[in-house]
Amino acid sequence: MTADNNMRQNAIYLDHSATTPVHPAVVAAMAPFWAEQFGNPSSHHRIGYQAARAVEKARRTVAEVLGTDPETIVFTGCGSESNNLALRGAMTASKAAGRGEHLIVSAIEHSAVLETARQLRDYFGYELTILPVDRFGRVRISDVEAAIRPETALISVMAANNEVGSVQPWAEIGALARSRGVLFHTDAVQLVAARQWQLNAEPVDLMTIAPHKFYGPKGVGILVVRSGVDLVSSQTGGSQENGRRAGTLNVPLIIGAAEALRLAAAEREERLAHVLPLRDRLLAELPAALPDQCIVTGHPTERLPHHASFAFRNLSGNDLLIHLDVAGIAAGSGSACSSGDPKPSAVLQALGLSPEWTTGGLRLTVGAQNTDAEIDYTLGKIVEIVLKLSALEAGYQVVA
Amino acid sequence: MNELSINPRDNNRQRVVVAMSGGVDSSVAAALLLEQGYEVIGMMMRLWSEPGSGPAAPANRCCTPDQMADARRVADQLGIPFYVADVQQHFRQTIVQFFLDEHDAGRTPNPCVECNRQIRFGYLLDRALALDADFLATGHYARVVQEDGAYLLKQGKDSHKDQSYVLHTFRQSQLAHVLFPVGEYTKDEVRHLARDHGLPVASKQESQDLCFLNDGNYRRFIHDHSTQDHPTGPILDLNERELGRHEGLPFYTIGQRKGLGIAAAEPLFVLGKDTARNALIVGPREALGAGELVARDVNWISGRPPAGPTRAEVKIRYKATPIQSVVTPLDGNQAHVAFSTLVPGVTPGQAAVFYEGDTCLGGGLIRDTVQPINARRKTPTAGSVTNK
Repeated sequence: MTADNNMRQNAIYLDHSATTPVHPAVVAAMAPFWAEQFGNPSSHHRIGYQAARAVEKARRTVAEVLGTDPETIVFTGCGSESNNLALRGAMTASKAAGRGEHLIVSAIEHSAVLETARQLRDYFGYELTILPVDRFGRVRISDVEAAIRPETALISVMAANNEVGSVQPWAEIGALARSRGVLFHTDAVQLVAARQWQLNAEPVDLMTIAPHKFYGPKGVGILVVRSGVDLVSSQTGGSQENGRRAGTLNVPLIIGAAEALRLAAAEREERLAHVLPLRDRLLAELPAALPDQCIVTGHPTERLPHHASFAFRNLSGNDLLIHLDVAGIAAGSGSACSSGDPKPSAVLQALGLSPEWTTGGLRLTVGAQNTDAEIDYTLGKIVEIVLKLSALEAGYQVVA
Repeated sequence: MNELSINPRDNNRQRVVVAMSGGVDSSVAAALLLEQGYEVIGMMMRLWSEPGSGPAAPANRCCTPDQMADARRVADQLGIPFYVADVQQHFRQTIVQFFLDEHDAGRTPNPCVECNRQIRFGYLLDRALALDADFLATGHYARVVQEDGAYLLKQGKDSHKDQSYVLHTFRQSQLAHVLFPVGEYTKDEVRHLARDHGLPVASKQESQDLCFLNDGNYRRFIHDHSTQDHPTGPILDLNERELGRHEGLPFYTIGQRKGLGIAAAEPLFVLGKDTARNALIVGPREALGAGELVARDVNWISGRPPAGPTRAEVKIRYKATPIQSVVTPLDGNQAHVAFSTLVPGVTPGQAAVFYEGDTCLGGGLIRDTVQPINARRKTPTAGSVTNK
């Protein structure tokens, strides 16, 4: 007996902020690089040169799409690694150069940034300021300004938040940082495919990209490192990626990353035109159907185009996900947890929401294959599930 | 992408949520249900455990990370979905609090009975039904039989493994939605079934230790977590002589011999607790025997108590031998049990469960006992009654 004949597979995938299926064109672009053009780009023979040429072509593609120079593109193993390299690399380089050892991040960063920042503080002696956010989940420029000190080396604020979708004022923060001689890193994992970049003209020194969020493969990340930014590598070894990231280049995934990014740019308008109306239906119709029990989290308009997020009063996001999965809907809470030990969401707490709202986060992120009929079904199911679970919880409250 | 079928529910098959532990019984239960044609969903509850010290995160012994991984592996092998439900807060507020309250009141609770009533066949059954399941299944050794339009709870086929004692709180409305697939088999047969299916053969939750303790020390747990004081007091014999001092009533159990700190010519046993005077009553082995008890919170599985005195076999502890008795329903969901013989170790707070043959009629929590020797005392212990 298999999963297929016990229970039908999830029919509706609404978790595109977690990951996306790899685009068939990306699969095709990667195909020759597993067994045919298998060379190590560091090797000094024609098989190796062939692989190196393919990687450099991919690097040029990525740079072109982002409006930057190929030398600024560092391929890594994932978005988390890119964030680690940005923070560890820039802080270590600043310290080594006798410059400042102060780091600023926001309270709603992805854990790859937040935990790295905390480790830099707790184990390596760096100074850390964690910026609050407003009730829409956005960092205030005035808070950034107040936090900058003479010894501030790096500000890291994400371009858009994964859990509540709010797009941050990254360009203003970057401009402010630049005017103060402080490096600016932005984790653009969620935002990168949603807008046209011109990084040579934008105030960003370090930018993190994860191709699996836009129909590319998992297992590869990108860190854009502006020319002239000093980074001490955190993974040491060979001199790959100009000494910024040691390790044999993962050629097929790098090829896939570039192709996914190229397609995301080429198809941006039609992809946005597809997801926006579906997303807008979720944002409008769910709170309308459950006026006392459901609120939209994050910014109502300044948010990722495919991203809808909600909080449900006195419910557990974990329970919601179980019920949705049984109903054939794959959704997310914003922060993955499979151990049944959910904690109140730190992001929802940072928004200032009271405890009745902070356990019941739900994230619905739409993608290229979703349809209006799926949104109809999803809206109906969520309302049904929320009413059912709320009635159950109300019963326990009385007992307790 | 594949053709999207909107509603994943298969209307031709009944849906069952199986409470999985990763052990042999619930794994075989899930496998049997699949073979019987049900749509099966695996679920495990994450229960509260005492916050501990040290690097390893403490875990409730019913749902350690290892057990969770085991259960998930079994679910993957069977090809069924598997979820972990967070029941930590609810479990703390109900079962752990009940455990503390009962000890504070001088009784010795069986939290597993209460957990089955409030959590497994309360909270989890509600959740299963909310998932549009028709049934909740567990790996208990018991059977549900439908007879004349009513549901009967019967002992498991394997009388050595029978677990109907901890299930005596069932109501008809619950039994209508409960399945015990391994209750139809002996433990050996279940192990064979597990081997045939390539499932794990080790048992989980065999131990009757309290699942939410960091260590096996319930006295320390009560000391750390109860909001009440447990002052020292006198240890009295049946003649009201003070033989020593006790360290707080919750830290002693009926029938206990060791750890009293008294040197006496003949062995002394804890006979009862006089909560009104904060006294621990001790006496010789012969005085342990109780002839009667009164149970509270009595549940009759049929939904109605018998009209009058009824012959039944009564178990006063999970592993106790059934005693021929006469059970008489009393007002206020209580019942009087008259044993056909003196029974040692009848402990207030434990469940008294009534059987007629292999059918579990119901049961309740032991409120008071009547110990003939003890009853001669001028002042009865709180754990005993002189009139009824």
